[in-house]
Amino acid sequence: METRLYLLQRISAMVMAPLVLAHLGLMIYAIQGGLTAAEILSRTRGSFWWAAFYGLFVVVVSIHGSLGLRAILREELKVTGPALAVIAWGAGLGLLILGLRAVMAVVI
Amino acid sequence: MSASDKPLSVSIWRGTARAGEFSQYTVPRKKSQTILDVVSWVQRNLEPDLSFRFACRVGMCGSCAMMVNGKPRWTCRTHVEKAVQGNKLVIEPLRNLPVIKDLACHMEDFFDKWTRAEARFHPTKTRNDDIEPVRPDSPARILASQGIECINCAVCYAACDVVEKDKNYLGPAALTRAWTLMNDVKDRAGIKRLRAVSGPGGCHSCHSQQSCAEYCPKDLNPTLSIAGLKRMTAKAAIKGEL
Amino acid sequence: MMIRPHQKHSLWLAYKLHRLSGLVLVLFLPAHFYVLGLALTDASALDGFLKWTGNPLVKIAEIGLVFLLAVHIFGGLRLLALEFLPWSDQQKTWAAMAVAVSFFMAVAFLMNAI
Repeated sequence: METRLYLLQRISAMVMAPLVLAHLGLMIYAIQGGLTAAEILSRTRGSFWWAAFYGLFVVVVSIHGSLGLRAILREELKVTGPALAVIAWGAGLGLLILGLRAVMAVVI
Repeated sequence: MSASDKPLSVSIWRGTARAGEFSQYTVPRKKSQTILDVVSWVQRNLEPDLSFRFACRVGMCGSCAMMVNGKPRWTCRTHVEKAVQGNKLVIEPLRNLPVIKDLACHMEDFFDKWTRAEARFHPTKTRNDDIEPVRPDSPARILASQGIECINCAVCYAACDVVEKDKNYLGPAALTRAWTLMNDVKDRAGIKRLRAVSGPGGCHSCHSQQSCAEYCPKDLNPTLSIAGLKRMTAKAAIKGEL
Repeated sequence: MMIRPHQKHSLWLAYKLHRLSGLVLVLFLPAHFYVLGLALTDASALDGFLKWTGNPLVKIAEIGLVFLLAVHIFGGLRLLALEFLPWSDQQKTWAAMAVAVSFFMAVAFLMNAI
């Protein structure tokens, strides 16, 4: 299982790298002249590509973030066994649901 | 009177697994003095029952490793002037290993993990077969050669924070040995060893802090070896062999 | 959080920065997703929130988040190279470069934010 979790972590990182770079670039661009809901939504509303971009982003970050959190819980807080699995899965699903909801919110 | 004429103010950890504390000693400073010289002087002149390990005293055997001002080092090869802070030295038993007495620790866990990592040679031939040719310039042999000089001194084990936080973690030395054997053309443990190093506490627990490489007195790089094991286990998992 | 003597080398610091940045980011994300989700349920609350982010303290926090995201990804790329590519002894140089590029990106964000 350790090898599979490792592969998931590393592959999600590789998929996310270009997404994060694009997101950082977008943030640096978008912050100019302040942020408004109208400005953000004018870009994202009704856009298939933004939906695809951020939808994929949410899926991989839910995997990557929850696995990273799992490592920290296990090593720093000594959480083990079922408790560890429950918290890690909870974090992953929580991020996925909240994230996809946020994508829907800005795209629909 | 310069700093190098002042006597050393040395704190040595004394005790057993159950309890212990630091004892203070004043030790005369000498030219080219090593930490082992300091510990030996205390034992000979002040504390006959101070327990510590050493053997060759010339940096070949790895017996004399201790924590010196918070860093794991061979005491026979660490000059006082390189480790001292002002005129102060703090000497403790190696981190991450249970103490027997004073500066001597149990090495059992360290060696048990070598067994658990399947870090022993599995032969493929008998005396009746031809000798397996080993080309020293083959890529696998170069990789193996990078790791085989390990003398099991446990400095890397003491340096590693993952060893500290995860009792199951096999540790840099055991994993390095496993890696050298994976690159040994004479060895056939193969998947069995990859399985041994990819369980809980296996190679995937390494976070590449590289304290092992920073402190290895033989300039080995266990992080490099462990990265190799990560690649091998990942490949095997993808192929469904693991 | 004391840094102990054996930890005082750059690649350990790189590890710690990577772990801390990851932790801050994963804890920030639910809040980030919640705020964006307001566009669905309460658009005026979203606008109100965005106005609040004009506050200089919030801008500093945002610059911090940009820095941490950049540190995490460039540090992460260094780790992916370390694990999957032939070993380079230039690890310390790469770690330093990762931090430098992240700082540059944070400054770019700052320049655009003010």
